[in-house]
Amino acid sequence: MSSPALAFDGVGIGLGGSPVLRDVSLELAPGEIVGLAGSNGAGKTTLFRVASRVLRPDRGEVRLAGQPIATLSRRELARRLAVVPQDVAVAFPFRAGEVVLMGRSPHLSGLGFESERDVGIAQDALAALGIAHLAERSMLALSGGERQLVLVARALAQDPRVLLLDEPTSHLDLRHRTRVLERVRDFVARDGRSALVVSHDLTLSARTVDRIALLEGGTLRACGPPAEVLTADNLRVVFGVEAEILHAPDGHPLVIPRSLSPSA
Amino acid sequence: MRVLSPRRVALTLAALTGLLLATGLVGTVAGPSALSVPDVISALIGDDGGPASDIVLRVRLPRVLLAALVGASLAVAGVLFQALLRNPLADPFVLGVSGGAAVGGIAALSLGSALGWGYAAVPPAAFAGAVVTTVVLYAVASQDGRVSGTHLLLTGVVFNAFASATIVFLASLAGLTEGASIFLWLIGSLSAARADVAGWVALFLVAGLATALPAARNLNLLALGEESARQLGVDVGRQQRLLLVATSLMVGAAVAVAGLVGFVGLIIPHLLRLALGPDHRLLLPASALGGAAFLVACDTAARTLLGGRELPVGALTALAGGPLFLFLLRRQHRRVFAP
Repeated sequence: MSSPALAFDGVGIGLGGSPVLRDVSLELAPGEIVGLAGSNGAGKTTLFRVASRVLRPDRGEVRLAGQPIATLSRRELARRLAVVPQDVAVAFPFRAGEVVLMGRSPHLSGLGFESERDVGIAQDALAALGIAHLAERSMLALSGGERQLVLVARALAQDPRVLLLDEPTSHLDLRHRTRVLERVRDFVARDGRSALVVSHDLTLSARTVDRIALLEGGTLRACGPPAEVLTADNLRVVFGVEAEILHAPDGHPLVIPRSLSPSA
Repeated sequence: MRVLSPRRVALTLAALTGLLLATGLVGTVAGPSALSVPDVISALIGDDGGPASDIVLRVRLPRVLLAALVGASLAVAGVLFQALLRNPLADPFVLGVSGGAAVGGIAALSLGSALGWGYAAVPPAAFAGAVVTTVVLYAVASQDGRVSGTHLLLTGVVFNAFASATIVFLASLAGLTEGASIFLWLIGSLSAARADVAGWVALFLVAGLATALPAARNLNLLALGEESARQLGVDVGRQQRLLLVATSLMVGAAVAVAGLVGFVGLIIPHLLRLALGPDHRLLLPASALGGAAFLVACDTAARTLLGGRELPVGALTALAGGPLFLFLLRRQHRRVFAP
């Protein structure tokens, strides 16, 4: 039995005096995609920050393939784990191609000019997301959706073992949404890589991921196959919404929100 | 896909070196006593002891060299502040760091004249003044690790006024107000620059560049935010501390020589970013050469525009930089003043 690709073990953290995550334990098996859902402020982004060592947890630890991330150098961690943020504010007019090449940074040494191999990897990543035509455009001139695609391409160019995506499709149209999720599936299909995807689109998430984890008020409310986790009870507790769960002919759950719960 | 290659860096830097040498030659030829290019070249090849050689080697060349060192230091410090604060409006003068360095320098000068130190205490004191100012600036303008553009600019404005007052106060106490030397410190000039500190300046510039150049790729990553840079393997805190020392070294050196020459760190990085793109692996060394050529040209103009009388070079750079600052501020108004 190999160690999980990524493991949160009893992670707890408080920010500004109030607890944001409480005793969160979650494991990603090699080759697995796990969806992460929860109301705004439930702690999803904080969980990503803990996993990428932007924040240090007060309690518990995060392990990558069995190794506590606190024992890895930042560069080593960046070679093995990549984060796609919701968005970035770019301070200077870097071109999209340059930003994707930045994904190669943890693999370069010293003054580091990218090799032809690095450029090839960046070009493949741009092509995989259908945005090769944006390579020469300034990041400042891109739309929110285009920036998101560039950030996903950057994370793919980083060539990590574990990919964390924070609402990677929030600004994307249906076609690009589908493309990004297909690329995530391609990613985990290669030699046991894993991904953790935050998404508010539960129906789409249910079709993509192996398991869904529901985060509520900083604790893990439920975690399991989408059909088991996406229940009317869970959605009422986590989102305060009365929802109807239908099932597509292939068995995937379809979430239809109806109204706010009376108490919410 | 267009990629920054070592070849493109080398060619661009070679072209800028050519520009710097040409500006330096013009700066050596131009002046009240007419010299020709052959005069300059023969003086450079061998000091024949004649009046032309004397002017070239003891007056003009030291001044051109100092202008180049100061311009390079200010431009590189500008690039570093802009990258660290993720704000193209950051400049050592606008932020008040030059003012802090000047307070340090004047304090050393005032105390030094009482204690019998030479001018040699001024560059290290100016460096210390720059470090203290930068630390205070960060502390005042940052909240939860985020640096606010509004706070930063306001802090700079207030600090500059405070620094000017402190400089005049210290200078009055020490009886340094005779003549125009304090006025020249405040406006920025190379006319009273002392060649004996050129070694200090060169040392500070080299140390600053040696710290900054290996960090160039990390500065690119910082353009997408500190969190993003951390997730790409940058130790952001360590990088910030190192570069804080580098910028303070360069600002301290520049101010110790020339006083408060403003806006070089704003103008040069802005122009070069437009021409060459924002990649710091090219922008940093290009700004060193471009800043050097720019200040040599400005100082030559300051010495020659009015015939016999000399303009303070800081007045020229401020005349060019002030409007550019307002233009940039206007363009980024929404971002800079966003809550």
